[in-house]
Parts: sequence; structure tokens; C-alpha cells
Amino acid sequence: MGTLGSGGFLAMGGDAAFVWPAYGVAALMLAGFAWLSWRRLRSAERALERIAEADPAMSDDA
Amino acid sequence: MAIGLNLHRFANPGRFLRLAGALLPWLAAGAAVLFAIGLYLALIGSPPDYQQGDTVRIMYIHVPSAWMAMMGYALLGASGASALIWRHPLADVAAEAIAPVGAGFTFVALVTGSLWGKPTWGTYWVWDARLTSFLVLFFLYVGHIALTHAFDDRQRGRRSAAIIAIVGLVNLPIIKYSVDWWNTLHQSESILRMGGPSIDPSMLWPLFVMGLAFLLYFFAVVMTRMKAMLLEARHRSAAFAR
Repeated sequence: MGTLGSGGFLAMGGDAAFVWPAYGVAALMLAGFAWLSWRRLRSAERALERIAEADPAMSDDA
Repeated sequence: MAIGLNLHRFANPGRFLRLAGALLPWLAAGAAVLFAIGLYLALIGSPPDYQQGDTVRIMYIHVPSAWMAMMGYALLGASGASALIWRHPLADVAAEAIAPVGAGFTFVALVTGSLWGKPTWGTYWVWDARLTSFLVLFFLYVGHIALTHAFDDRQRGRRSAAIIAIVGLVNLPIIKYSVDWWNTLHQSESILRMGGPSIDPSMLWPLFVMGLAFLLYFFAVVMTRMKAMLLEARHRSAAFAR
């Protein structure tokens, strides 16, 4: 019983065409939102750091 | 009154930023660990269904996505009410952070449900009460996002979006009870029902682990987005002050 054979893991009992796209869509959405949110936070933090470097008085309440 | 006072202790963005900073690593790590365990259980550690075969594995992402979509909308409505009634300063930020994530989960629930429907019901889509009310949920999210950005005056957009969030709350019980009120192809409630869950523990456990993973993920992403928005606002006011 290999992973690709008719009884294998990837074949999903013949329903691979439904199971894997479903997991694919979910994975894309979850990974996409996580990545975009993290990137947005990083760039906001960097922008504030740049202001703080230019003018240390601005960063007192961080 | 005491509750109101307690809530307003978190109204201070500085306090929220510290709370988010402390919680985020734990939420993210917890979600990652639970996703690893949940995916193993969902794809390998749980049995195929005696009728549906391996398509039942779609349940482990479809059901938690639908849970998050509905919980997200309940939070969106609560944020809308907090913004309009109590003028809670974080409520608009929370709503703007939640809406796209909730729309994403609604989309995933619809697509995975469709992919599950074809092999089990013989159709990708049917205009029955559960599916249609869930599609309405998606449009409510999209409407909320569009309204938030529809006006040059951001505050006006947020107020309009808060109103649609509150009005749309009526759709949540309709979704929940649609399978009881109308004849529908969608199966009825099998987890939160009188007499206990009707699904086997070998499938219930993977579902709970995935549900918890989705829950931690949801709050990790929403908190990250809120934190980013608050820092962006701080940056705008700092840039303006210069």
C-alpha cells in the first residue's frame, strides 16, 4: 500500500478530488491571513521605529 | 456598572497593546501545535466514515470554519454595538480587524461544504435554508468591509458598518436553526444537541482539536491586525505632529 496507490493516503479512498482541494483552500486562507497580518504588524512597527530614531521624544509612550 | 468599568480598563490602546504583546506568542504557538495534532488526527488518526468514506475528513475543516464564521459575526455585532452605544474606542478597530477574517472563514466554509456536498449529496450547491443563509452571512461580511471603506470620512463609514453588523445579527439564529425550521439537505445539529453529540468519539476528538486550533488562530490573527492598526494610528498622529 503506497501513498499514491488506489488504497494509499493521497488517494483518499478515491475522493482525493474533493478532500485535497478542500484542505488546500483552507490552508491558503489560513496561511494567507496569518502572513498578511504579521507583515502588516512588522511594517507598522518599523515605521514607528523610524520615527523614534528621527525624533526620540516621540517614542516616550511606546 | 462594574462590568462596564472593567471593560473600559481595556479601552486604553496602550493597555490593549501590552495585553496583545503578552498573549500573541502563546496564541500563535498554541494554534500551531493544535493544528499539527489536529491535522494528524483528521487525515490519518481518524477512521473513514462507513457511508461517506474519506470525504468525512472535510468535516474537520468545514465545521470549525463555519464555527469561526458565526462566532466572528457575533463579535462583529458586539463590536458594532460597543462602538455605537458605548463609544468604546477599541470597538471600531476590533470590527475592522474581524470582518475580513470572518469573511475568509465564511468563504472556506462555503467552498469546503460545496466540495463535501458533491460526493455525498450529488450536488455542489442547492438553494436551501442553511446554505442560502450562510451565503447571506458572507454578503453581510462583504457589505461590512465595503461600508467601512465607502466614505472619505472614515468615522461615517465605521458607523454605517456598525449598523449593518448589528442588523445582520438576526441572521445568526436563522443559520443555527435553519436545519430545524425548514426541510434542508444539510444535516441537522450533531454536536450541540439535546442528549449529547451524535457523532462517534473517534471523530469528535479530531473535530474539537481542530476547532480549538481554529479558535486560537482566529484570536491570534485578529489581535495581530488590531495591534497593527493601533500602531498605524499612532504612526499617523506622530507623523502629523511633526
